[in-house]
Amino acid sequence: MATKKIYLYPVWVRLWHMINALMILLLILTGISMRYSTPENPLIRFDIAVGIHNVAAFIVTFNYGIFVIGNILTRNGRYYRKWRKNLATNLWKQFVFYAVGIFRKEPHPFPINEEQKFNPLQKFSYVIVMYLCMPLLILSGLGLMFPDLIAYKVFNISGLVFYDVVHIILGFVISLFVLIHIYTCTLGDKPGTLFKSMINGYHEEHE
Amino acid sequence: MKKIPIPMIAGILLAACIMTFAQIPEADTSRIKSSYYEVNDFVEENENCLKCHGEVKYALEDTLFGRVLTQYMCPADILDRDAFYTGVHRAFSCTDCHSYDYETFPHPLEARLEEMYTCLDCHGYDENFAHYNFEVIQEEFEASIHNIDEFSCWKCHDPHSYRAFIRNSQDIEEAVRYDNNMCLNCHSNFDRFMLLTDREEINLVESHDWLPNQVSHFSSVRCIECHTEINDTILVAHKILPREEAVKKCTECHSRNSRLMQTLYKFEVKEGRKGGFVNGVILNDAYVIGANQNDFLNWISLLVFGLTLVVILFHTVLRIRNNKN
Repeated sequence: MATKKIYLYPVWVRLWHMINALMILLLILTGISMRYSTPENPLIRFDIAVGIHNVAAFIVTFNYGIFVIGNILTRNGRYYRKWRKNLATNLWKQFVFYAVGIFRKEPHPFPINEEQKFNPLQKFSYVIVMYLCMPLLILSGLGLMFPDLIAYKVFNISGLVFYDVVHIILGFVISLFVLIHIYTCTLGDKPGTLFKSMINGYHEEHE
Repeated sequence: MKKIPIPMIAGILLAACIMTFAQIPEADTSRIKSSYYEVNDFVEENENCLKCHGEVKYALEDTLFGRVLTQYMCPADILDRDAFYTGVHRAFSCTDCHSYDYETFPHPLEARLEEMYTCLDCHGYDENFAHYNFEVIQEEFEASIHNIDEFSCWKCHDPHSYRAFIRNSQDIEEAVRYDNNMCLNCHSNFDRFMLLTDREEINLVESHDWLPNQVSHFSSVRCIECHTEINDTILVAHKILPREEAVKKCTECHSRNSRLMQTLYKFEVKEGRKGGFVNGVILNDAYVIGANQNDFLNWISLLVFGLTLVVILFHTVLRIRNNKN
């Protein structure tokens, strides 16, 4: 069977993704450790967890800036901007494929090509995560890192509580996204195919 | 003309000196506020002291030669009238605690060397004050590193202005500032610090450089949260620990069993949970990572995460079975 190779992931995207993945995993780990810390059994010692979390947060913030600027300046941005028509129908089609079609060896409803790097579900979740959740997560995190700069009261509750609840909820959403993202990356031709793509830059699929 | 012998002149001058009266001018009653009378029956009597000790300067009048000398009052001996009449001892007359000898000026040395009362002299073993448990406070003080020569209750709790802030305040942040200032009065003022110890000057910012977000910590919690041993029988722990025994483990506060609930928020613990938050009473004033978990969010997140894992596992099993077939 012939293998089709499309170069979809330029070096900067792969580097950005690698740094982002590592830092987000560190943030999740240290975030959970801080939140559920106990004097007897800390997953990571609290002060160390705070230190790692802060450094990783700065790197992710800087990295996020590269992502946004990169998507403005390069062709990679079009994958997030250009939408197929009938979004709801497409989302449903992709969902049904993951739920049923994949087991029946049905063809992908939205095959990957140079114009469409993501299927509708991917694109929808990536846009929500990268352009809605991440900025709010970063802003709320900066608020917690520099508590003197945030409003004392927000919606009649402590500004710190508000920022923290937003940060925790978004952190959880991102954690869930990471879990699903890693799993769906095993849905290529072989479980390791899509991971390989993010290393060599080529999307591969059997024709 | 017969010359007056020099020893006689000296004698006359000496007698004049002895007979000279240094007198303090009358009190300026314009400094008295009507609110003082609401809490104290000795306001005018107290002015005999406060006309000097309530001012940054005082006038000494030489009644023999009519000369008036203006002098600065020693800052440590100046009292703030407003602070006195809002403090815990606001109803007192100065001579309730100080010797009547102070009514003469210059104050006699015996009066200045008089032994001051301690808290227990008035508050100890008295059922009217039993709920404050002063006896335990004294025991804690005696076991504390503050138990050194010349240290007394008054070094922290100025009887002329002290307010039982944490017990009565609704504003924790203000109470924290008030209480921390008691420590900083000496620990960030070397002039006062060196009166009691030969230790070198402490730079509090440097000695706490391990503590992240110093400003937030210093404005949200009291020094004694970390520098005392918890005692459940008194509201405010008084056993100040040696530096090396101070709490340095973040999770002592940043955890579900936060020690802040046994220290700073001890009086408000009964409020318990607020909107599902563990240690919710802290949320009135601050937010402590680790201590303020929300049980509702905890359960929801566990449920969603668990369900996602189940779906992934189920999907994986189906894929494996499908591939085998």
